[in-house]
Amino acid sequence: MTDSRLLVSLLRDPPAAGTLDPAQWTELIAVARAESLIGTLAYQLRAVGLPATVERILEQARGAAEQARRQALWEAEMARRALAPLGVPIVLLKGTAYAAAGLSAGAGRSIGDLDILVPRGALPQVEEALLAAGWEWVKEDAYDDLYYRRWMHELPPLIHRERDRMIDVHHTILPLTAGPTPDAEAMIGDSQAIENGLRVLGPADMVMHAVAHLFADGDMAGGLRNLWDIDRMLRQFASGADFWKELAARARRHQLQAQLGRALRLAAKLYETPVDPQLAGRRRLSDALFEQRLLARNGWGQGTRSALRLVFYIRSHWMRMPPLMLARHLWQKARKS
Amino acid sequence: MKHALNLQVGPVGFRVGSDWRGPVAALRALYRGYPEPDVCDFSVRLEPEQPWRRWLKPSVAIRGDYILPDAAPLALPHGLLAAEMGMNLQMALGQKHYLLLHASAVERDGKAVLMTGASGSGKSTLAAMLGEHGWRFMGDEFALLDFDTGDLHPFPRAISLKNHAIYAMAELASSERFGPWLRGTPKGTIRHLRPRDEAIARMAEPARPVLILFPRFDKAVPRAIRPVGAAEVFVRLTQASTNYVALGERSFAALTRLVINLPSRAIDYSDGSSAIEMVEALWAELGQ
Repeated sequence: MTDSRLLVSLLRDPPAAGTLDPAQWTELIAVARAESLIGTLAYQLRAVGLPATVERILEQARGAAEQARRQALWEAEMARRALAPLGVPIVLLKGTAYAAAGLSAGAGRSIGDLDILVPRGALPQVEEALLAAGWEWVKEDAYDDLYYRRWMHELPPLIHRERDRMIDVHHTILPLTAGPTPDAEAMIGDSQAIENGLRVLGPADMVMHAVAHLFADGDMAGGLRNLWDIDRMLRQFASGADFWKELAARARRHQLQAQLGRALRLAAKLYETPVDPQLAGRRRLSDALFEQRLLARNGWGQGTRSALRLVFYIRSHWMRMPPLMLARHLWQKARKS
Repeated sequence: MKHALNLQVGPVGFRVGSDWRGPVAALRALYRGYPEPDVCDFSVRLEPEQPWRRWLKPSVAIRGDYILPDAAPLALPHGLLAAEMGMNLQMALGQKHYLLLHASAVERDGKAVLMTGASGSGKSTLAAMLGEHGWRFMGDEFALLDFDTGDLHPFPRAISLKNHAIYAMAELASSERFGPWLRGTPKGTIRHLRPRDEAIARMAEPARPVLILFPRFDKAVPRAIRPVGAAEVFVRLTQASTNYVALGERSFAALTRLVINLPSRAIDYSDGSSAIEMVEALWAELGQ
């Protein structure tokens, strides 16, 4: 296997698993683990007849995903208890939100830190309440702290001293220095309450957040999983009346139309996601580079195409900061290390 | 990867790949006679820490499906140890089908003795010695507890002998079963020993655990056998398990059942033959 295409095709078409030989299974499992998609794959293949060894491996992955889900929801509950007295809206983001809302994007998904979005004006109280409830700063360094507070879309990360779990408190969607300026206030305003009083983003905003995360922030590492999230959400939400119209409106509002188009084209290409052709727009030459970057992994789970990876890495910094600021930032970092 | 080998150890299949010939060749020789799995549970990669370290002062990074970001690389002559550590790492971080106990185990008549203790306690050497004295060697590093049956599954990888234990075992086992001398490793001098053919042939055969031992090798103390309270056994076994927390309530139930049903003893010994005598005496006393 020269790239992650086998993983992508099986996620899309589970019955094709019947044709794999043992060597391909071994490669597929290594690649799925490297892309943090092993739980998702296990969930997709749950109804397909598989060799006994494979079934045992995937059963373990489903068990691990279930445990991760339980832990993530417990961590959200811990944050809820700490923040409930403030009376401010607490919006769950990413994996924890998918799990809490029971979305198909959450099935088998790995979940890392707890990500929440709160109104920017509530940040000081939220910070204080979390510190009082046992969360502590991870980065003690004054420059890092200042950098986060001045330029980033989130507080410096906090970790709970007893449970050893990290929380990222966002007040908007992208770094303040990035090009697009998504409307976080509108996102919070249109968020929806779930049973326990916590909130999740509305369908269109939830897709837009995943799009922003994948194409306007970061170097596409773990991109296959993020694109899979987008695929699952689009399939689930598309049945809603006016979903595509709403999505178009939100993309405009958050200044992420180009990124949405790219996400739709790549999801359609890799996962055969049904998408609105007008929103997806015309294929661009650079789509091929994104596709190659997403698939840049061999059958041993090793990243390939190091030059292309480097380009996307540089792009990720470029998007976050203007050149002079980037230079100053890297200079500070270099001086410290 | 350029060089690769598939290895079955007990119920677990490994694929070990390397950018150098040496580590895989050494592994192939040491693990002669082991079955080859079809689908592998885990992949281990031995690759240069930086691209140029493949040729220039070769440095073997231990990578694979599961990675410890701060794991120190090893020198190329210690590639066999890197492979062993890589396989252990996959088990410690990735194994979720069994409760994984950092313990050695031996079997007789379908019944198993589980031996656990800190590094350097001698549990590995004791299992190796019992394996040459009428017991079936089941493993020197991990014992796999089956959640459904309560049985122990073997994990009979090559025994990792350190320092003095190498000389002790050289008197008991034929030289063709030994791997190369690995001198100056982070763990001292190491030599691997392939288990007896019977242990390899019966690697798929589980056994019912009947006794838990906490061996302690110390030249300075007189030999002694003490009972250990259930609460202490429980806590020590949770500490000896790498996946106890990750598996949640299931592991609590399985471990509780094990600890309540089995007798436990701490044994202090100062030489191998007295340790074997003590284990045999306990075995007879328990009516096994």
